[in-house]
Amino acid sequence: MIRVVLPYHLRTLAGVGREVELQIDGPATQRALLDALEARYPMLRGTIRDHVTLQRRGFIRFFAVGRDLSHEPPDAPLPDEVATGAAPFMVVGAIAGG
Amino acid sequence: MSGVRVLVGTRKGAFILTSDARREQWDIGGPHFAGWEIYHLNGSPVDPNRLYASQSSGWFGQLIQRSDDGGKTWEPVDNKFVYDGVPGTHQWYDGTQHPWEFKRVWRLQPSLTDPDTVYAGVEDAALFRSKDGGKSWQELPGLRAAKGHLWQPGAGGMCLHTIVLDPGNPNRIFIAISAAGAFRTDDAGETWRPVNRGLRIDYELPDAAAEVGHCVHSIAMHPARPDVLFMQKHWDVMRSDDAGEMWHEVSGNLPSDFGFPIAVHAHEPNTVYVVPIKSDSEHFPPDGKLRVYRSRTGGDEWKALTKGLPQSDCYVNVLRSALAIDALDSCGVYFGTTGGQVYASADSGDSWAPIVRDLPSVLSVEVQTLP
Repeated sequence: MIRVVLPYHLRTLAGVGREVELQIDGPATQRALLDALEARYPMLRGTIRDHVTLQRRGFIRFFAVGRDLSHEPPDAPLPDEVATGAAPFMVVGAIAGG
Repeated sequence: MSGVRVLVGTRKGAFILTSDARREQWDIGGPHFAGWEIYHLNGSPVDPNRLYASQSSGWFGQLIQRSDDGGKTWEPVDNKFVYDGVPGTHQWYDGTQHPWEFKRVWRLQPSLTDPDTVYAGVEDAALFRSKDGGKSWQELPGLRAAKGHLWQPGAGGMCLHTIVLDPGNPNRIFIAISAAGAFRTDDAGETWRPVNRGLRIDYELPDAAAEVGHCVHSIAMHPARPDVLFMQKHWDVMRSDDAGEMWHEVSGNLPSDFGFPIAVHAHEPNTVYVVPIKSDSEHFPPDGKLRVYRSRTGGDEWKALTKGLPQSDCYVNVLRSALAIDALDSCGVYFGTTGGQVYASADSGDSWAPIVRDLPSVLSVEVQTLP
């Protein structure tokens, strides 16, 4: 089971708590994780990555195990700690004023 | 007893203000979608409990919310706005061509006859339509074929901000785009053409009579007289008596003819409202006095409406979608400011009082007249 931490506004939108758990069949990659997240919570489509290009939105970052995974290829394996559920995959809104 | 529901979109959420027909005591509901920018929310004319809201943020992009109970509860519907076919290009600041890129929904305009049909005006400028209550959106691409390659964003973005449906002719729609102009379809959105003849100002465009490129800020129509249109342009208040074929200026004695919104009285087709702003360089009321101007002559002759509005040290703006009219017998007029005030008049603008003073900056105001 993979654990995903969502930012406040997406928790509110999806009606979930701080952390959700996802079952991924096959290799645990960023793409597989986001596919599973959007399949379970369709209202999140377009809020983390573009509908068509599937590119990460500019002010969204992906953190896990103390690393910034935002620029990792979407099909690269996630860290073992994330794949095993020992550590969460964090979807983070960039710091900004206003 | 009849009443009104005022729908307010702000920089940090939506608010719903309700009152009975006296419009003296108000209930303030919200914030809905707290923390999000609400560019517009609007109700169906044929089902007042059906509302649509444009919810967006720089982080998470665009969402569309729908309510079937007058705003008590909401559900997100489809937020996928994909341009039809190959998106194509428009003019960019450096003179090159730039691909169309969806940014946000500026305006939601429900059909006059079907609560499940709703139009969305978006940035980069295009018109989308849903026929299933927002569950899916399709572009009406004929609009961008109307010289779209020549459109160029102004400083506020290349946004389609105005959608006016003709109540007498379901095939006719008017839209307006910042720094591109006004456009009209007569075949329900299949084909479009610019309707900007007569819009002239030498220091906005190198060719003042260009077919496209005019910075239209908003357009208003009275439903009983759909061929007469009133326009607040970047500078100039304009009028057309032939559905946009030709425009003429009706700024008359206004202290400034720069401004953003324009509206027509519910029962008097010749009574028009604007909120003059000092200039394109200073977006606040002239002399620090917040004044709505009313013409009862279809333009040219304007009178300042000041009773109940701040007449000193007021430096707010009133944005293009932030002026609205109710349809009660004694016509109500409403506007919101970038300072977070929403003012209401229950007597056609003769006197005003704030409904609420300290909301986030107001982006849009609509009003529903409830049975």
